[in-house]
Amino acid sequence: MMRNLKYLTIGLLFGIILVKSEVISWFRIQEMFRLQAFNMYGIIGSAIVVGAICILIIKRFQLKTISGEAIIIPKKEFHWGNVYGGLIFGLGWAITGACPGPLFAQIGSGFLITIVTLISAIAGTWVYGLLRDKLHH
Amino acid sequence: MEFLKQPWPWYVAGPLIGLVVPALLLAGNKSFGISSSLKHICAMCLPANIAFFKHDWKKETWNLFFVAGIVIGGFIAARFLNGQHPVNISPQTAASLKQQGVKDFSGLLPGDIFNFQQLLTLRGFIFIVVGGFLVGFGTRYAGGCTSGHSIMGIASLQWPSLVATCCFMAGGFIMTWLILPYFIKL
Repeated sequence: MMRNLKYLTIGLLFGIILVKSEVISWFRIQEMFRLQAFNMYGIIGSAIVVGAICILIIKRFQLKTISGEAIIIPKKEFHWGNVYGGLIFGLGWAITGACPGPLFAQIGSGFLITIVTLISAIAGTWVYGLLRDKLHH
Repeated sequence: MEFLKQPWPWYVAGPLIGLVVPALLLAGNKSFGISSSLKHICAMCLPANIAFFKHDWKKETWNLFFVAGIVIGGFIAARFLNGQHPVNISPQTAASLKQQGVKDFSGLLPGDIFNFQQLLTLRGFIFIVVGGFLVGFGTRYAGGCTSGHSIMGIASLQWPSLVATCCFMAGGFIMTWLILPYFIKL
């Protein structure tokens, strides 16, 4: 429990950023997909650049975790799910105006209807688990 | 404090989101990702003897604490940091959405589409239930979402994440330009 509080805290700060940057807004996602504003591209792009620089620093100086473990970033192997699943998620993202992080932040900021969207997303994940062996990867 | 109450510009918010990546790595070797939490919730609540949900979710509870934190952060931002307000979107986006039939621009989400009464209409069902289902199914099939692939994956220079991100965007463009106008009109 105590061990996990640090992740709760990082999540809490992340949730505040998602709301204050309006990333959780359906309208902002529409603007992005309609290519009518730079805002979302700026947010995701600068997040990638800062994340990449931090990872380079971690690797370059072989930084350890706070408990002294070596930091390992698991390698992602390509499979066709990256393509088919990616397209399906994209279709859904443009409808709900929220990817999984913002779903949680919307609920916290008082959009109780998003609880239904989240339950449906959990159901989607469950159906994927059920059909996994039959899907092309 | 006044600054905190304004909407934060992209060049403040984006780098802060980027810092979540090293924060999680340094805190305990965790890779930034949100959609896995949905998998762990399935494994916890309804594993139904499905092989995919037989992983040891108890080792992944950090992820559930992380998303619980996001909910609390959303609450704090909305309640104490003036997080609820109309969004200053581009005039073209506002004009085309109005023309397509969106009426309520007073909040972060269009209130005329996302509410409990709408859930009983075909339009509300598509936006709330079908949309959510595609997000949950698609992210797991793709092996990650915007955080796990687009940010963590690309930042760690993994090309499958770049492929996935291009597909996220392609799916979003197809929906927004070709299909969504019909859904909004329903």
